[in-house]
Amino acid sequence: MKALSCDVLVIGGGPAGLAAAVSAREAGAEEIILLERNNELGGILPQCIHTGFGVRVFGQDLSGPEYAWRWIRRAREADLRLLSETMVLSLSPERRVIATNSRDGLLEISARAIVLAMGCRERPRGALSIPGTRPAGVYTAGTAQRLVNIEGYMPGERFVILGSGDIGMIMARRLTLEGATVVEVLEIQPYLSGLRRNLVQCIRDFGIPLSLCTTVTEVRGRDRVEAVVASQVDAQWRPIAGTERIIPCDTLLLSVGLIPENEISRMAGVPIDPVTGGPYVDQDFSTRLPGIYAAGNVVHVYDLVDDVTESALRAGRCAARFAQQGTKERGPGVRTEAGENVRYVVPHTLYAEALAEEPITLHLRVRQPIERAVRLEATLGGRVLASRRLRYVRPGEMASLVLPSEAAPHLAAAREGDALRIRVIA
Amino acid sequence: MPSELYDVIIIGAGVVGSLIARALARYEARILLLDKASDVGEGTTKANTAIVHAGYDAKPGSLKAKLNVAGNALFDQVCGELDVAFERCGTYVVATSPEETATLHTLYERGRENGVPGLHLLSAEEMRRREPAITPHVAGALWAETGGIVDPFALCYAAAENAVTNGVRLLLETEAIGWLKEDHRIAGVITNRGLFRGRWFVIAAGLWADDLLHRAGLDGFAITPRKGEYFVLDREAAQQVRSVLFPCPTPISKGILVTRTIHGNVMLGPNAQDVTDKEDLRTTPEGLEEVMTGALKLVPGLERRHIIRTFAGLRATGNTGDFYIAQPPEAPGLIVLAGIESPGLTASPAIAEYVVEMLREAGLRLAERRDYNPIRKGTPRFADLSDAEREALIAQDPRWGRIICRCEMVTEAEVVAACHAPIPARTYDALKRRTRIGTGRCQGGFDTPLVLNIMARELGLSPLEITQKGGASRMVVRHTKDPLQGKEGER
Repeated sequence: MKALSCDVLVIGGGPAGLAAAVSAREAGAEEIILLERNNELGGILPQCIHTGFGVRVFGQDLSGPEYAWRWIRRAREADLRLLSETMVLSLSPERRVIATNSRDGLLEISARAIVLAMGCRERPRGALSIPGTRPAGVYTAGTAQRLVNIEGYMPGERFVILGSGDIGMIMARRLTLEGATVVEVLEIQPYLSGLRRNLVQCIRDFGIPLSLCTTVTEVRGRDRVEAVVASQVDAQWRPIAGTERIIPCDTLLLSVGLIPENEISRMAGVPIDPVTGGPYVDQDFSTRLPGIYAAGNVVHVYDLVDDVTESALRAGRCAARFAQQGTKERGPGVRTEAGENVRYVVPHTLYAEALAEEPITLHLRVRQPIERAVRLEATLGGRVLASRRLRYVRPGEMASLVLPSEAAPHLAAAREGDALRIRVIA
Repeated sequence: MPSELYDVIIIGAGVVGSLIARALARYEARILLLDKASDVGEGTTKANTAIVHAGYDAKPGSLKAKLNVAGNALFDQVCGELDVAFERCGTYVVATSPEETATLHTLYERGRENGVPGLHLLSAEEMRRREPAITPHVAGALWAETGGIVDPFALCYAAAENAVTNGVRLLLETEAIGWLKEDHRIAGVITNRGLFRGRWFVIAAGLWADDLLHRAGLDGFAITPRKGEYFVLDREAAQQVRSVLFPCPTPISKGILVTRTIHGNVMLGPNAQDVTDKEDLRTTPEGLEEVMTGALKLVPGLERRHIIRTFAGLRATGNTGDFYIAQPPEAPGLIVLAGIESPGLTASPAIAEYVVEMLREAGLRLAERRDYNPIRKGTPRFADLSDAEREALIAQDPRWGRIICRCEMVTEAEVVAACHAPIPARTYDALKRRTRIGTGRCQGGFDTPLVLNIMARELGLSPLEITQKGGASRMVVRHTKDPLQGKEGER
């Protein structure tokens, strides 16, 4: 078996992995290896041929392939060792990776620090247990996006889209432009699960109906999908009898959620937060295993690639520092806690020393939408350490709150068990 | 033009028909195996509980009891010869009340009467030690050492492949629609592909056996499709389930069980619901709820978030309560296998031998072939290999190093091998059953576009021609617009 060693090993060559590798190089890491299972870099971006990428990072509204290309070019300039079509088979807590590809056979890579950047996957039909038959023509929105935008094939002619996730809405527009009919978009929740801008640009501008509080309760068809039955649901998502509608279609696209891909993390025993589906991380995106960092959607699913890039830049930089300096003894840190109307907060743990060096951005998702001005507040032992006014909060749109460095002494003075509580005040 | 004369024509290439074909392939005989579907095993074989039963359920003296126990004993040999995954992990019937422990005693006695070896009554404490996630209400259990789990698809296609390499002719997408009678004897089967003449006809058509009997003028036997619905859970759930857990049985079914599968997933089901349509494979909200409720009674810690798939299968339940395996005197030339519901999979190797003996006694000359090879070697599964074995394969063929299905770790080499196997995988589902591609937690989300291209390349087709399961089940329907021409692609 071929043996390699490096300072920083990045697993995944999507936007998170590329940014982490580039920033590890900028932070002085020497040998950097990036593993990508696909035959091209960029992750899901090459199939995202719409715009909306890079407004914050580059100050320009780019398409997915353009955004990916900028980072691929930086990665090439950074002189990384890029191994494409390489799949990780195992990861140990001691940071030894076994990987395979057609050229090298099996590779054993020992790394001083690792950045997990495997991204996320789509929730499939089975996860929803939609009753009915199992014909051809049920796809996740991302699979359909790859078929259309990369392979050049249409998965159907008449679509119903279940779920108002961003990829689903973007595909509604894309399929319409390709001459197909998108009959309807259905969303089980009483509110949108993706970004409002996609509702406007992809659904309303094309006159596609969106039905909230509605789900698919049956798939019909023997060989190919022939129809779906849509039903309204109550507040507990239970279908309401008598509201069934048969919608003839040949394809059902699912855009019902993304799940961080942490199979490799689990192999190493990285502790995973059941709410986010990603590793517990501190402000440096260090997981609870020393030297193993996590970047981008593997931690929690972001709305915007710009956020993925920014988080990964920090993860890569901190991984490089770990590779150079090793572990520092430190206490348990201060835990963050999801308060009123907050579903989760990332990072999960904060250290006063790190906050003293630079401000920390907290990312969070709310539970319920509030369509009027609210205040977001972070308190520790009754003291407000940061607060911000927002015009609205929506579950489909990640909110953030910056904790200033001035708050570091309060963090340092926190007693064991104290948590930084983040809440939405309506 | 007179058509070729076969010695035996088997109608139905499920696990039973395929094992019969293989059992006959060891003799100098012209054998034809027909199935109306696009792959072997597309009926009850592909959707069942995948358990090798010990044999304590069936009524003593019944054909079910006899063939279950005999079939169970053959599994090590058959699966060894055919390279099929099988594990005698043992099965448990779990009592959850003191009243139910009486049922355990009944089953234990019945099992002994049926000749089942290795049955033991266990205390609640012992059961908790063996399956820590079991319900706290456990009151005792019946442990059957000889029970196990198997890959039923693999048993079917491996048997059919071995039959084909030993000279059996297989015709798929060939549906029997009637019979040719000559001199009061069945002399041929009429299909959508024409007439096939033979001396003997074995009906192994599962749910459709009674229809074929009706067409031969025999009306006594009727099959009611009895639906069973299932959940498949992610491997993560397998930490809670080590073997096979049955509840105490009811008069119509063995109950909703919780089982580890041979591939390391957990499966829950089935319920039992009589339906009228032999193609009604719909899952229903009520049925799925019933299954989940039943499973939680055995293992309360199961989590819905681990669900990756639901499906339904149909049992070919006959009206006699037993397997019906006979040569109806009204239709000489026919051998009928009907009502082969549970424990049909377990019994299938014994059924095959039973049918061979019936044919021999009926006068079919069965001379052993000198070149018969009972061994069938499957393609290795990359996921199951050691690192050294993996390296050796990649060195031989780099396609072993290209992973196509990340959840189940299936390589391009495995996909290619399945496309060129003795019975080639020509549909996505056929490929899935052979390689496990798309059966993991992403359910094909990542692999589908890659697989379409590889299958098209290997089978010499366009991706537009690749179907999920034959018929009209195309996966993609047309090209996207041509950006240079500005018009829609060819349909």
